[in-house]
Amino acid sequence: MESRVSKGKGDIELAGVAKSYDERTYAVDGINLKIPDGAYCCLLGPSGCGKSTILRMIAGHEDPTVGEILIGGEDVVGLDPVARRTAMMFQSYALFPHLSVRDNVAFSLRVKGMSKAERDRRTEEMMEKVQILEFADRIPSQLSGGQQQRVALARAAITEPRVLLLDEPLSALDEHLRLKMRAELSRMQRALGITFIHVTHTQLEAIALADMVVVMDKGVIRQAGSAREIYAAPKDRYVAEFIGGQNVISGRVRGLGASGARLEGSAFPSVDIPIHAGRRLEDGQSIDIAIRRDEINLLRPGQAGLPGGTTGVEGAIVGVEYQGNFVKVLMNAAGEDEFVAYVPERRFFEDDFHVGDRVFAAWQVEHAHLLV
Amino acid sequence: MTNAPSVQTVNPARPRKRRSSGDRPWTFYVLASLFALYVLALYGPMISIYILSFQDVRGGLVFPMRGFSFYWFNELVMQTRAGDVAGAFKRSICLAALVTVITVVFSFMAGMAFRRRFRGDTIVFYMMIGSLVAPGLVLGIGIGLGFQMLGIPTNWYTSALGAQLSWTLPFGILVMFAVMSRLNGNWEEAARDLGATPAQTTRLVVLPILAPGLVAVALFGFTLSYDEFARTLQTAGSQNTLPLEIWSMTLNVTSPVLYALGTVSTIVSFVIIGISLGMIVLLQRRIAARKSGNQ
Repeated sequence: MESRVSKGKGDIELAGVAKSYDERTYAVDGINLKIPDGAYCCLLGPSGCGKSTILRMIAGHEDPTVGEILIGGEDVVGLDPVARRTAMMFQSYALFPHLSVRDNVAFSLRVKGMSKAERDRRTEEMMEKVQILEFADRIPSQLSGGQQQRVALARAAITEPRVLLLDEPLSALDEHLRLKMRAELSRMQRALGITFIHVTHTQLEAIALADMVVVMDKGVIRQAGSAREIYAAPKDRYVAEFIGGQNVISGRVRGLGASGARLEGSAFPSVDIPIHAGRRLEDGQSIDIAIRRDEINLLRPGQAGLPGGTTGVEGAIVGVEYQGNFVKVLMNAAGEDEFVAYVPERRFFEDDFHVGDRVFAAWQVEHAHLLV
Repeated sequence: MTNAPSVQTVNPARPRKRRSSGDRPWTFYVLASLFALYVLALYGPMISIYILSFQDVRGGLVFPMRGFSFYWFNELVMQTRAGDVAGAFKRSICLAALVTVITVVFSFMAGMAFRRRFRGDTIVFYMMIGSLVAPGLVLGIGIGLGFQMLGIPTNWYTSALGAQLSWTLPFGILVMFAVMSRLNGNWEEAARDLGATPAQTTRLVVLPILAPGLVAVALFGFTLSYDEFARTLQTAGSQNTLPLEIWSMTLNVTSPVLYALGTVSTIVSFVIIGISLGMIVLLQRRIAARKSGNQ
């Protein structure tokens, strides 16, 4: 057994991976993904998008129907979790309820048949690292959510994995604790220096933690890249809307010129759009563009001329939500049911808008991002 | 005119009405007396029997009580008039122990099997329920006849054991279903993730988590077997179990020795229940010991 345990690094490659439970429909399909060693990778998507299936296939709790899973350059399909040197932190942690914190952490060493002295020493060391030594003799039901998470982390980390797989690790915690434990996960990842793969359906969690975000939908990968890339340059309407913080509008390309073009929509006259090298546009082609909500400037319609280099759409305000440091203004504009502007709090109250007001939402032409 | 919400303070001068526990609705008294009658009807006859078993040699089957002694308990053991009570008692305990062990083992395995769907699982389940609802007497007669046709002598440890299992196994499995619903598949997966073999997972994770439930199944198995009558009547063969012995005594013994037997078998039942509860408490103590941190 020991000889089969891989010694390689924690870089992961999924090649053409698909999984079907009923031979007809695929839970995930055509997954190609490379995760570098030591990265913090978040698989992000709505429930049922196949992100947990991918995690479980990497962990060795499911086998792919087709495709290869390589960890450290070698195919691990069919190997046990221990032989893969992966460890999983389960949703709601799955701590053994009848065992003390110490025995939970020591479990993997115990089943390996390690001597009690050595086991105790290693367990003590690990518990100290994640600061759970003070409640070593309690049982899981006596711990708070945050403490349980640390125990789960210690229990997984003591196996010295090269990849740690986390299935919705923060979903069992309340809002306040979630932010705290989020920071702790990031700290632990740097301390352990191993690959973390974290499944979540919360966009903010993924963006805050990940070196690499993988956005999924209905069993396929929509976009994979750095958090900034995903947020600032989403590939298509789905990614832009799922990550949030963007307004997406659709229309047809008109008046294609050397310096710019116009986008004509069915519900708005036209807006200027930028032109980039490397992106071929055709006259009459229908495309989506995304404009960040915090880059929208609200103006009173009929005000003297637009500043140079800006464009925009007109609409009516349907809602105003005070958020503290900014104000969220919901509009009915450009044929979208949710066109939103985040206005800095101070600026909003210099000339505040009310529900029902007509408004002109303006933005810098080059800030619009062209989607597929 | 502002419409800002204002905070109203409670007027301290306003008297607060105390609700006294004395003014209960009349329905309380009706239901309470009904309950008292129920308890009386439930325990009255049993307690009468226990009291009457302590009469002396002049004792009869009805009140008033004649003297006080352990005469009838002595009579019970001496077998002069009462038949083989001691032997029947021993057989019943052995049979119940056998039934308990088999019931616990098979209920556990069946419970694990039913967590996943398998071919024909519904049929197996309904067959199991079928043997639970089938009239015990008929089932017993059937088994007795079957043994006779095959030319195998009926006996308490063969045919009666089988007949009782047809009753305790479905019961045990139903209890197991309830117990199993507490068993989250994530625990087993976590154990596997940490390198445990299936045997280690069962021994170190599944069995300890299910232990209180298994004790409950054992208790069920034992008590169901210990006082089983209908299924055992035609299958016990020539040697009686305790319930059969008591039954035959009611037909031909008309002395308080019958009551003495009732008292003794009740005590045994209570001892068994006490041991089971003690085991559950002990299991919880072990966890509690960890809680207080003295490991």
